[in-house]
Amino acid sequence: MAEYKGIMTYCEITEGKLPSISTEVLGCGRRLADDLGQELCTVLVGSEVGSLAQEAITSGADKVYVVDDPQLKEYQTDSYVSVMEKVVRQVMPKILILGQTSVGRDLAPMLAFRLDTTATLDCVGLAIDPDTKLLQRIKPVYGGNAQATFTCDSYPQIATVRDKAMSPLESNASKRGEVITIDAGLDPSAIRTRLLKRVKEDEGGVRLEDAPIIVSGGRGIGSAEGFNQLQELAAMLKGAVGATRPPCDNRWAAPNQQVGITGKIVSPDLYIAIALSGSIQHLSGCGQSKSIIAINKDPEANIFNQANFGVVGDWKKVLPAFRDKLKELLPE
Amino acid sequence: MKIIVCMKQVPDPAAPPSGIKVDTEAKRVILPQGTPPVINPYDENALEAALMIKDAQGAKVTVISAGRNLAKTVLRKSLAAGADDLILLEDDAFEKLDSYATAHLLATAIRETGEYDLILCGRQAADTDGGQVGSGIAEIFKIPGITAACKVELSNGKVRVERVVSDGFEEIEAPTPALVTVSSEIGELRYPVLKAVMAAQKMPITVRNGQELGVDVSGLKSLNMVRLSAPPGRKTECQFIEGETPEEAGTNLALKVREAKLL
Repeated sequence: MAEYKGIMTYCEITEGKLPSISTEVLGCGRRLADDLGQELCTVLVGSEVGSLAQEAITSGADKVYVVDDPQLKEYQTDSYVSVMEKVVRQVMPKILILGQTSVGRDLAPMLAFRLDTTATLDCVGLAIDPDTKLLQRIKPVYGGNAQATFTCDSYPQIATVRDKAMSPLESNASKRGEVITIDAGLDPSAIRTRLLKRVKEDEGGVRLEDAPIIVSGGRGIGSAEGFNQLQELAAMLKGAVGATRPPCDNRWAAPNQQVGITGKIVSPDLYIAIALSGSIQHLSGCGQSKSIIAINKDPEANIFNQANFGVVGDWKKVLPAFRDKLKELLPE
Repeated sequence: MKIIVCMKQVPDPAAPPSGIKVDTEAKRVILPQGTPPVINPYDENALEAALMIKDAQGAKVTVISAGRNLAKTVLRKSLAAGADDLILLEDDAFEKLDSYATAHLLATAIRETGEYDLILCGRQAADTDGGQVGSGIAEIFKIPGITAACKVELSNGKVRVERVVSDGFEEIEAPTPALVTVSSEIGELRYPVLKAVMAAQKMPITVRNGQELGVDVSGLKSLNMVRLSAPPGRKTECQFIEGETPEEAGTNLALKVREAKLL
């Protein structure tokens, strides 16, 4: 049996660019590779993506495997799983790391089972066990009420890491690396799922993940109209609107506005939490905000344990006054 | 039409976080006294998806759950809501299995039930937040797997699924049999009427242990947890802003936020 060696990361591509999660995963991979004294490689899958290889190298990779095929233009489970299966079987990495994104959540478990191993999803820390050299996977459990460290003895060791949990390396322009092309070799009969359409939901300006200010609402907002008021404040502050799970389930807000363990991980300068109780699942997504202010009518609401400033009161009365005063105070 | 729904029993994830303690020694989470076991909420979403299909075109819905010390009254809620069969895989060896073992165990029981059109699972369990068992079962059966569905429709040997992705949503089609993991956007499980709850307590259920399933329980892998700790907490002291009226409090909050240079 060939030996598993080195660290591999899956380098996600969004709209022809490397998103921050990809450089974060590379940064994490680099540190593990250095710990083990082994190589770091990464995989670029898509159509016309070869030009990104250099950026992957300056972000930490020693080797970049490029799988370029017009059929891989968009992420689709079956084609991407079979491509990654091929790459992993050829390269035999000891450890494979992906980002906990819509793609990573879908790809990692399927790929792991195909390779007869299991993955650990949504890790906030990864380390090498000094004795066994197994990958320690640190991840929140019980919705974030506890943090567990798991190990697993099957190879390759696969994990996804949470958005913003790892830091990227400083880009090193002089770093050299090797670029290797691998043929996709797609077998049409293996592609069973078909993407019928992909609809982009316009978040109206600033992307939630990048917004420096987020105005977020919970179950207490009560309606889509209520969210319009949040949108109004967000627009005034040049921020974005977020939501907890219930408003998304009820479609008062778009599902991709969800912040939390099953939504997005955000870390804005200011998170304005309105009529949301602060469930641990939600706080997993916004707990890294620099400052939190909370408006809630329940003085016992958990969000006040996390907030810097709070008002106990009915948001319908507090918010308009807050907004009007801010409008007066803020420079145009 | 036959639909299988996989379910996990978990401690109620809505338990107040302030009451939850972590026993690092025993690597165990101590929940507030009286925290009831419930059906994993995402698995309830999966059952709701199955029942919507049953409403629309008729289907036999079989629920399968695996674990140790399963609370039958809790899992019978699936029958009360409209499932036709409940199969419990119960064995001391079925505690804290890893995703690999759980997926293989459920697959063994699914295989026994014969042919099926669709397998539905919740997108993840609310205790381990693993998020792998559904995809694992799809791979074991070599059938198409689609994750995080917010809408599931079945027609003419095809399943059509809407799923949420980070910048919007997508629509995917696959031939059946297929496996779909379901997200909360599909809607909460319908509330069973009292009469159905009473009737469900009397419905026959199937209980199988490892030996009856023909599973070598000694070969089942458990989750290997090497450490458990309290989450790294954010330590803040909330400064409450007051006012004679809620409006005044809102105004004062704006003044404070400016003073603290948060905006």
